[in-house]
Amino acid sequence: MVQNLLRTIWATIADVLPIALIIVGFQSLVIRRPIANMNRVGFGFLYVLVGLAFFLLGLEMALFPIGKLMAQQLAAPEFIMGVQQTGATIHNPDWSQYHWVYIFALAIGFSTTIAEPSLLAVALKAHQVSGGVIGVWGLRIAVAVGVALGIALGAYRIITGTPLHWYIIVGYVIVIIQTLYAPPMIIPLAYDSGGVTTSTVTVPIVAALGLGLASNVPGRNPIFDGFGLIAFASLFPIITVMAYAQISAWWAKPQ
Amino acid sequence: MQKGFLQSLLESFYDLLPILVVIGFFQLAVLQQPIPNLLEILIGSFFVLIGLTLFVQGLEMGLFPLGESLAFAFARKGSLSWLLLFAFALGFGTTVAEPALIAVAQEAANVAAEGHVIGSTPQARNDYAFGLRMTVALSVGFAIVIGVLRIVRGWPVQYLIIGGYLGVIIMTFFAPPEIVGIAYDSGGVTTSTITVPLVTALGVGLASSIRGRNPMVDGFGLIAFASLTPMIFVMAYGMIG
Repeated sequence: MVQNLLRTIWATIADVLPIALIIVGFQSLVIRRPIANMNRVGFGFLYVLVGLAFFLLGLEMALFPIGKLMAQQLAAPEFIMGVQQTGATIHNPDWSQYHWVYIFALAIGFSTTIAEPSLLAVALKAHQVSGGVIGVWGLRIAVAVGVALGIALGAYRIITGTPLHWYIIVGYVIVIIQTLYAPPMIIPLAYDSGGVTTSTVTVPIVAALGLGLASNVPGRNPIFDGFGLIAFASLFPIITVMAYAQISAWWAKPQ
Repeated sequence: MQKGFLQSLLESFYDLLPILVVIGFFQLAVLQQPIPNLLEILIGSFFVLIGLTLFVQGLEMGLFPLGESLAFAFARKGSLSWLLLFAFALGFGTTVAEPALIAVAQEAANVAAEGHVIGSTPQARNDYAFGLRMTVALSVGFAIVIGVLRIVRGWPVQYLIIGGYLGVIIMTFFAPPEIVGIAYDSGGVTTSTITVPLVTALGVGLASSIRGRNPMVDGFGLIAFASLTPMIFVMAYGMIG
């Protein structure tokens, strides 16, 4: 376990090294002024490194193995057709037979997004910058609902084998229409929330779900059809965050 | 440290609770199987808790002040070209070594080999994956440059983003179909857990130190650019490659 921890810390350091080099380089060659509270910032950086290493190692130990296995099992024909018929294959499955897959997609999309550290960072910053108007939990829940809906719809798309780009294009059209009507203050934050949702926690489990579906649903090829869940998970939070702001604004308006 | 460690630990526990409930429910009630390696799961969850707590503390102490102090220093220096060079280096440097991107690039090379776009030798796949990684890293560097320039000039974010969407849609109809799924996904994987707080603090810091900019309206949006441009660049790579 100690060896694993050291390996994870080393991987995190390797990940951070380019950022540290760029900052140190510009700081010493271009800016040429010391950073205020250097020691505190240094310790903070160290906390982030060690914290992230523990976080990733814990995920690898506890959540990823069971989460990935679960995603595969829920998509397997044995589960869809009933546990007793092992080795069964599905011919012409109906999309509604996969109802547990959709419920799992909703639940895992929501719950992994709540635990996503980069979303927490953006929510803390938005809360501070907006002077408390944007709640940390309000934003996180709005984003998590978006990811949940996105992944469930993405699972439906893989099961039905419909083309990915039509969903994404319709999503863009909705985003553009909402942009015209949403409060201007929320728009940049909503766009950002698309990119922050899918990182450390969400991607591995969701990728396993996509792969499990694409290799088990007849007529799908895991190499070509397993993609697209991440794209859904990055698009839908934009819609739900703007909707959250629109509903809050509408609610606050005197009737 | 504004908050006590124990309180932060408790907050991290609430963040983690939904996953534990979901996994527990599906394992016990839906799949009806016992939970394997319970001890390992408990220890792992404890590590996740400690890790998340340390990360949040380090965020407030280290990453946020660092991003802001860099933004203030560049604003004081008043040199746009150095700022843009820094923006490019930050975007390129943080993406090129990103583990999630390395994994996606390798997968994309397999798709390309399967679809006979490239040869199926390991050499051909590695070259393709490396080219793709460079493409995405360049596109993120470019995205941060555009995003920073937008903050400095005060351009509204929505025109640029909607223009980018149109670019994605147009490219979709010309790019080889196998690459489209990977291209769409590549937008989501580029922004890592350390990049996001740093870049967000940089944007907000810049918007607060330039007269006439509002940190809420102008400060956010850098991440949005960084997750949009890779889609366009990866489809372009698929068309050329």
